[in-house]
Amino acid sequence: MADHAASLVREQFRTAEQQRETETLGMWIFLATEVMFFGGLFVAFTVYRMYYPQAFGAGSADMNILLGSINTVVLITSSFTMALAVHSAEVGNRRLLAFLLVATMLLGCVFLGVKLTEYYQHYLDHKMPSVWFEYAGPNASKVQMFFVFYFFMTGLHALHMVVGIGVLLVILARTLARSFSAEYYTPVAMAGLYWSFVDIIWVFLFALFYLQGLHI
Amino acid sequence: MASQVLAQTATNYLTDKQGILSWLLTTDHKRIGLLYTASITGFFFVGGFFAVLMRLHLLTPRGALFGPETYNKLFTMHGIIMVWFFLIPSIPSTLGNFLIPMMIGAKDLAFPKLNLASWYVFMLGGLVTLVALVRGGVDTGWTFYTPFSTTYSTTYVVGAALGIFIAGFSSIMTGINFIATIHRMRAPGLTWFRLPIFIWSHYATSLILVLATPVLAITLLMVGVERIFQVGIFDPALGGDPVLFQHMFWFYSHPAVYVMILPAMAVVSEIIPVFSRRPMFGYTAVAYSSMAIAVVGFLVWGHHLFVAGESVYSALAFSFLSYLVAIPSAIKVFNWTATMVKGSISWDTPMLYAIGFLGLFTIGGMTGLFLAALGVDVHVTDTYFVVAHFHYIMVGGAVMAYLGGVHYWWPKITGKMYPEGLARLSALIVFLGFNLTFFPQFVLGYLGMPRRYAAYPDEFQFLHVLSTAGASILGVGYVLPLCYLIWAWKYGKDAGPNPWRATGLEWQTSSPPPAHNFDVTPIVTGPAYDFEGMKEELNLG
Repeated sequence: MADHAASLVREQFRTAEQQRETETLGMWIFLATEVMFFGGLFVAFTVYRMYYPQAFGAGSADMNILLGSINTVVLITSSFTMALAVHSAEVGNRRLLAFLLVATMLLGCVFLGVKLTEYYQHYLDHKMPSVWFEYAGPNASKVQMFFVFYFFMTGLHALHMVVGIGVLLVILARTLARSFSAEYYTPVAMAGLYWSFVDIIWVFLFALFYLQGLHI
Repeated sequence: MASQVLAQTATNYLTDKQGILSWLLTTDHKRIGLLYTASITGFFFVGGFFAVLMRLHLLTPRGALFGPETYNKLFTMHGIIMVWFFLIPSIPSTLGNFLIPMMIGAKDLAFPKLNLASWYVFMLGGLVTLVALVRGGVDTGWTFYTPFSTTYSTTYVVGAALGIFIAGFSSIMTGINFIATIHRMRAPGLTWFRLPIFIWSHYATSLILVLATPVLAITLLMVGVERIFQVGIFDPALGGDPVLFQHMFWFYSHPAVYVMILPAMAVVSEIIPVFSRRPMFGYTAVAYSSMAIAVVGFLVWGHHLFVAGESVYSALAFSFLSYLVAIPSAIKVFNWTATMVKGSISWDTPMLYAIGFLGLFTIGGMTGLFLAALGVDVHVTDTYFVVAHFHYIMVGGAVMAYLGGVHYWWPKITGKMYPEGLARLSALIVFLGFNLTFFPQFVLGYLGMPRRYAAYPDEFQFLHVLSTAGASILGVGYVLPLCYLIWAWKYGKDAGPNPWRATGLEWQTSSPPPAHNFDVTPIVTGPAYDFEGMKEELNLG
């Protein structure tokens, strides 16, 4: 197995450990860029929410809190299966790794399905800016802005989910091709980091869009 | 001083593999650096062409050549191409790409495929922008201010923004690659405080690239969404706030100025010690000042909004922080100057460019303080004073340093010396042409000539003619190096591994370097710029 690991060290690296540390560092920096990418939207949303608290509260009241909560549970569960997948890669359990990757992807698909159902409901409610938007109450343009940010941010998040499922498909294929071992599983660990990041973004989106109307 | 191990292999990175595919599919950081060099040289002359048209147009007060709509497109495309397709990638993607692994004694960057991908992404972004340009251009200015860009402009805003959006990912890829490489790939013994300043400055640059570029990406995406779907994000008619756009745009675009100038400082920091035969004075302060510029540079964006309706308290804070960022810049200038004191100075071409940089950067930086002062800024904002100020930084600073760096490392890149006399002459032409172009613009701006106008009052004509005359001289100064550097690649004298008797690791291998840079991984035992140690070694040897 040691030979197997040594053959996977790319020529620019001196040791397998150097390679693993470097690749992991690269992944963390990439996640930092993602934080800044979403961060711009979070800032803009927060600014407008402060400008128009009533309108944004009214928009939030149209959210389906039940579906949103279910999705949150689904996604956090998928992070759990992903973390277990990384662990099973670490201990070299290939079959369990494959099973957990499939489970994670399925949970991701459930999330996207629920999300699409919600989008369809908003469409039926005429709450889809630029396609079909009607709002009878005051501050209609500001309520519309809430929905612009809702579709923009959850849409961008869903796009990241789709990419994540694609990444996991590649990881699954490589798992079945016996590319990973207890000595070398960096790609699994990095996919896990990405998946958890996307999950965390959702937790913030959930709080911003679904919970702000609920003043307890 | 590093143990000197010259490569004995017969082939180098240029001759190792042959054929066009060996270039298009290469993962060698040196070849990718050259791909970038060719690309950005092309973009530089496209952007320069727009500048030439503008300067010709401004020869007469009513404008000699174009209508105002065309003029708007000219300065927009000049700005977009020069900022995103020349200045941002200029030194990091060419010299940085070529030199960072060699300077730290590594075989390549940490992620060679990502490096190649960054070039393709960059070219794709450039292509999309050029298509937008050919199909009719953009007239918003390179700053894309809303609501003009999102609602009123009838030009190809989305196409141009998409091109910049795509190119941004190449910046991010480069930044990630550099940070991971500098952290993890250094040769044994090469501790942080033995690194050349070039590496420190590129590390600081990369931090800005990875933290600021995503904000530009999301901002342009918001502009695109607003424009395509006709919904309110920044449009005040729909409850949006155009000033929010300016905040988000400048959160990237001010640090982006440091992406342009920090690598220029990196180059100058390598040239000055070698041609003064003295180690960098105040090495630690210079290294930390790069980091200080990167950090404080993130906190000054609001000085672009002094007249945009920003609150007076924000303006005060941003004014103060803008003064603060001048301190690390000044630390560098003083230390470069102190490095030269009692040095044994030789006036080779790279040194001429470096000294030119010192003067012009100082003028650009000092006039930046005028603009950071709240009262003065109100008087000169949106005038040619601003134009002159940032051209002193970007052209007088970044482009001068880029040219200096290209001359300094040309013997390493190609293995051949360029014609020294001609090179010194063109350095002089660039310096004179630059000052004649842009110094009159300080005066014009102070007298009240607004920027981005296609016509002007008669009394400004003399200064505009001076500026155009300078631009034509500057053009000669840029075309000359293009010709003789290519000529030298084929016909120049062999340079040998270390023509400047420099200390960096990149000079310890042959010129051009072998495909894997070093035959044996070097081991570093002393500080950077150790000319004394080098002398002793030569005496012993």
